[in-house]
Amino acid sequence: MSAGVGVDLENLWIRFGDFVAVRDANVNINGGDFFSFLGPSGCGKTTILRAVSGFLEPSEGNVLIGGNNMKGIGPNKRPTALIFQNLALFPLMKVWENITFSMEIKGASSAERRKRADELLEMIALPDQGDKLPSELSGGQRQRVAIARALCAEPDVLLLDEPLSALDLKLRQHMRTELREIQKRVGITFIYITHDQGEALTMSDNIAVMRAGVIDQIADGKTIYNDPATAFAASFVGENNVFRGKIKRVMGNEALIATNRSGDLVARISTANQGKMKEGDDAMMFIRPEALAIAPDGATGDHFVTARVNHEEFEGNAFNIFTEGDGGKEIKVSLPNLGQSFEDHTGQIITLEYETRNAVLVPAGELAAE
Amino acid sequence: MNNSFLRISIWVYLAIFFAYLLGPLVIMSVTAFNSSGFPRMSPWECLTFQWFGELFQDQRILNGIKNSLIIGAGTVVLSVAMGLAGALLLTQIWPKLRATYYTIIIAPILIPGVVLGISTLVFWDRINRMLGLGADSFLSNGIFLTVIGQSTFIASYCMLVLVARLQRYDIALTEAALDLGATHAQAFRKIMLPFMRPAIASAAVLAFLASFENYNTTTFTFGEYPTLTIELAQKVRYGITPAISALAFIIVALTVFFALLNEAKLKRQELVAAARKQATVEELAGKIRLPSFFAGNMAAVLLVMFAVATITVVGTATAYNPAQCIADVREQKQLEAETRIQKLRQLREERRKQREAEEAEQGDVQSTPKPSNNSGFGNVFAPNALDGDDGDGASDAENPPSNNGGSGGVFDPNSLQGDQ
Repeated sequence: MSAGVGVDLENLWIRFGDFVAVRDANVNINGGDFFSFLGPSGCGKTTILRAVSGFLEPSEGNVLIGGNNMKGIGPNKRPTALIFQNLALFPLMKVWENITFSMEIKGASSAERRKRADELLEMIALPDQGDKLPSELSGGQRQRVAIARALCAEPDVLLLDEPLSALDLKLRQHMRTELREIQKRVGITFIYITHDQGEALTMSDNIAVMRAGVIDQIADGKTIYNDPATAFAASFVGENNVFRGKIKRVMGNEALIATNRSGDLVARISTANQGKMKEGDDAMMFIRPEALAIAPDGATGDHFVTARVNHEEFEGNAFNIFTEGDGGKEIKVSLPNLGQSFEDHTGQIITLEYETRNAVLVPAGELAAE
Repeated sequence: MNNSFLRISIWVYLAIFFAYLLGPLVIMSVTAFNSSGFPRMSPWECLTFQWFGELFQDQRILNGIKNSLIIGAGTVVLSVAMGLAGALLLTQIWPKLRATYYTIIIAPILIPGVVLGISTLVFWDRINRMLGLGADSFLSNGIFLTVIGQSTFIASYCMLVLVARLQRYDIALTEAALDLGATHAQAFRKIMLPFMRPAIASAAVLAFLASFENYNTTTFTFGEYPTLTIELAQKVRYGITPAISALAFIIVALTVFFALLNEAKLKRQELVAAARKQATVEELAGKIRLPSFFAGNMAAVLLVMFAVATITVVGTATAYNPAQCIADVREQKQLEAETRIQKLRQLREERRKQREAEEAEQGDVQSTPKPSNNSGFGNVFAPNALDGDDGDGASDAENPPSNNGGSGGVFDPNSLQGDQ
């Protein structure tokens, strides 16, 4: 564990009238971590961030920063800095004044501020842009100015509220790497809010998957992707094919599931649910598109699925086959493009196979909206 | 064909519209330069600047302007402060109360100024008495009462202006400032206030103008400090002179000047911003080459033209002496009057001869027709006689109204002038 300051949420409840925005959240964020809250819009992740930064008092429970309870401490007294979704750069101040606003508050001289601004501008690769107004910068430059402004306050914890959502795709991908690098360089705790699973997976040490005010799973990116704890986590993070059914037999960490339309299939019970699932339970099996492959015709068994191909598409890096699936939802098969030839299967019935370790079984639950 | 007709109609409409809007102002301004003693454009007598001189010698007008300025400044401070507080509250208040609050705060605009004036007077008088203060206390001071009375509704105007700007304020900016360690006071002073500055300036100008031109409310509250509008109203009761036109002209000129100045400044900022956007990093790091002040700035050009015109007019005014012209006009009028008198004398002579002849015939000595003849002539000549007098202006010791009176009066001034 690095030297940074950790953040803990203890039994955190946040209500707005009758509406429960956050339900009993318990999160331990290690100091120096890049931690993401991942969830669809309206799931309460921004509310958690506002509670950490001090703009919102929790209805119940505590926010601890570096072990200190933050109850009753205002946002201007907390060792946090927030990067707003719309960045909230001060439109009438020049870039360098924006960046060093926290120093102005403390009464630093203009020369000191200039010096610090130049250092930070150097760090965010915007040298000599200090005299411009924020409106004269591009989206990505503004983004970096907002980061510099937050870092100038020397916070222990940097909070980021979907800061990349306003940028175009190319810039977003570029900023991911840049953010991660900045975080490694300054070594402070980053708490990142996003609905983009790509951002969360590429940047985070740990991710909390949120759904309607509830935290479904907290784990590192690989675990979330490969070993989801709930149907929501499995369907929200990355693409996934779902097979509904009932558990027929439990065999240690594996189970045989009687699916609604593809017969009996074998799957691995996800780590979080091992020992908790028993025969007769409603369950969902998830297989990633890239974990499915075309099997020789006529193959049968508990890891083969047969289905009619609806349509196909060529994506460049992959060749996608969509077959009829469970409950109107198509099964997607993604075959990596390694230079082999693809034959057209449209209208044919094909057999798909998978490896048991790639099929994850979780209790039946709510799926993420498309 | 149809299209061009439409276009012409639009231009005609515009011409009529602007004539309706600006016509009175233009005429009033022109009368300030006519030497005629009554403010009018025709007949044009002499170009003169004497009315400006007279205006600045009129202690009541000067005192009125002074009081108006003091009260205007007080009203600006009070109204903008109250308007800002009201606007801030409107954005913070519980949404369900917002409509009610808005109605209450806007109500003073809808209440007649007369009612506000009376109620201000009554209310503060009551408070004055409750506190046991005398009639000369601060609370019954004319300036205090006028500022308070005017601010009751001018603050609402200010609030409307400020709310419009405040609605575009992103509350995240305040939050960002707080998050970076600012106190609420610092966030307000360093972030929100600078953002509100243009609207505050607009509100201040609006408040000042509303205060300056206010009559309804002030008429009840001014006490011993009559404002310019009060003085003007009182003056008009005793007759109006072109000195009032001169004042109107100055006000119009100042308004046009500041409007142009503001427009030129805004345009310049726009141009600078555009230039900065195009500027490269090196240019920004080094010296920014600002666009020339006039490039594409119509308002600036007009402003300079305006300034040149002002300097010309003031220069002419100091160098120009209309005395010769006025003397000429007077002389011409005297000549006209003399010829008229000659004619009249001739006429009278003829009649006398006629009458004498008749009398000689009838032997009857009756002089009844004489007054009726005089009054008949008097009606014809009265306006001209008045002109002659007014043309002489203040230097003329005679009282014009007396000319309109008795029949003998018609002839008196003319004959007097003729004798001079």
